[in-house]
Amino acid sequence: MKSAPGQEKSGQKGMKKLDPILEIVDLTHTYSQGTPFEHVAVYNINLKVYKGEYLAIIGRTGSGKSTLIQHLNGLISPTQGKILLNGQDINESKETLRQTRFKVGLVFQYPEYQLFEETVYDDVAFGPKNMGLDKEEIDRRVRESLEIVGLGQEYYKASPFDLSGGQKRRAAIAGVMAMEPEVLILDEPTAGLDPEGCREIVENIRNYRERTGATIITVTHDMAEAASNADRLCVMGNGKIALLGTPEEVFARADEIEELGLDLPEVTKIMILLKRKGLDVPTEVYKIDDAVSALLKLKGGRNGA
Amino acid sequence: MLKDITLGQYFPGDTVIHRLDPRTKLVMTIVYMVALFTAKDIISYGVVMAGLAAVIVVSNTKLKMLLKGLKPIVIVLAFTGILNILYAPGEHVIAHFWVFTITLEGIKTAILMMLRITMLIMGTSILTYTTSPIALTDGMERLMGPLKKIKVPVHEISMIMSIALRFIPTLIEETDKIMNAQRARGADFDSGNLIQRAKAMLPILVPLFISAFRRADELAIAMESRCYHGGEGRTRMKVLKYKRRDIITFILGIAYLTAVIVLRKIGL
Repeated sequence: MKSAPGQEKSGQKGMKKLDPILEIVDLTHTYSQGTPFEHVAVYNINLKVYKGEYLAIIGRTGSGKSTLIQHLNGLISPTQGKILLNGQDINESKETLRQTRFKVGLVFQYPEYQLFEETVYDDVAFGPKNMGLDKEEIDRRVRESLEIVGLGQEYYKASPFDLSGGQKRRAAIAGVMAMEPEVLILDEPTAGLDPEGCREIVENIRNYRERTGATIITVTHDMAEAASNADRLCVMGNGKIALLGTPEEVFARADEIEELGLDLPEVTKIMILLKRKGLDVPTEVYKIDDAVSALLKLKGGRNGA
Repeated sequence: MLKDITLGQYFPGDTVIHRLDPRTKLVMTIVYMVALFTAKDIISYGVVMAGLAAVIVVSNTKLKMLLKGLKPIVIVLAFTGILNILYAPGEHVIAHFWVFTITLEGIKTAILMMLRITMLIMGTSILTYTTSPIALTDGMERLMGPLKKIKVPVHEISMIMSIALRFIPTLIEETDKIMNAQRARGADFDSGNLIQRAKAMLPILVPLFISAFRRADELAIAMESRCYHGGEGRTRMKVLKYKRRDIITFILGIAYLTAVIVLRKIGL
């Protein structure tokens, strides 16, 4: 793999590979340019996404996160700046754009609304078919991706419209996974699902990552969910990147997060309140286990008693 | 891209034309159409066009918007023009080849016909540009009121229309979303022959229909749970009332139509 220049320390925990797979350079996007409806959605964004990492993009509605991710596989082209995939500009030609669509898989919000085939199998095969793969390869990919999302053989011939809400969502995600993208981007993959459905989706994504070593980018407004899965968080506000770093680094700046109108994880909130009450606890904690051990430490050796 | 469709889109404004009673505007549009089809020669066309121009100026409608609305009918226009040039009979022959004869009269007819279609679209576009869909259907319901006597479901028709109008932008947005989602899965809508392209529409149409039916279902439930039961005894928040400007408009409209009819009678 080509090593890109300017590899700075990214502060990822335990990440060995530091090759950027996606680079966003000075990206600005203006909607309806030149009309009274002109509106800058993202402004001067610079971001490197590293090979194999799990990045969560967090922001309120209208913070520009959806615009940003639609640039990453070339669905919208930048007003200014460029997107590099493995060092190459994706908007260079029609062919690079086509290849990018397959290398960067994008799962939209509520992806179950894009299901259309008669059977689950055919629907998942839509992407690989468009790639021009041969029959055996398509078959292998469909089976594998359906296995990843936990839909067994009994669902192959089922109509996607007969599935339950959560199953539909997973079938739709499998449709993108079947293209075996190097980067899998998911826009609010758990929106509108019950806790069980959410857990399953998160599990499926982790599963895909483990099997393929793919880079994962999820978009969410749920801090707790982002923090418990991602290596790095990228917090957006008003079309710009407001905070970028590991969950600990980001949560250490609780005030800024709240200013951006985002909610901190419950655990972090408790720790901040405890600190305000005068207890000497770390406030960048976001996992219950960490919070428990920090509190036990404070109690002073009485742990395990 | 899809969002650029302007035919039948409302642009809020605060001109006299915007404030007119929708019934007045509807009737005037019909008057305008009758005048347009009554007009026979250059002078009467000029009068009709002057009326249109005056309304365009007063309503502050951008010419660019009107021209954009013409885009979908460019082919119809071209077709009308060519057919009239080639087939319209006349005495002053300019060119003659194979079975076609091009005459001076033919060219004139062609130009007038194309003008007529252009003006027809422009005039009716102004109605939808300056009248909100709700006001429009409200006006239609009131105008068609007498038809209730012969058991025409007037209220239901206008409700269907306002719902349809209301959902056009929603469906366009939805189409855009689905297209992007399928593009992300490598679908290609812009290349291939006609059959391939038609086939490529399937991944858009199926989800679109499903979501349209789902929306219809949800809307029906929402309406029923708010005890909607049709037009019987239903009162309105905004009761339509003719004002002075409407009366003036009616008088101007009658004068306008009379002028065109008189011009036609004397063959201009």
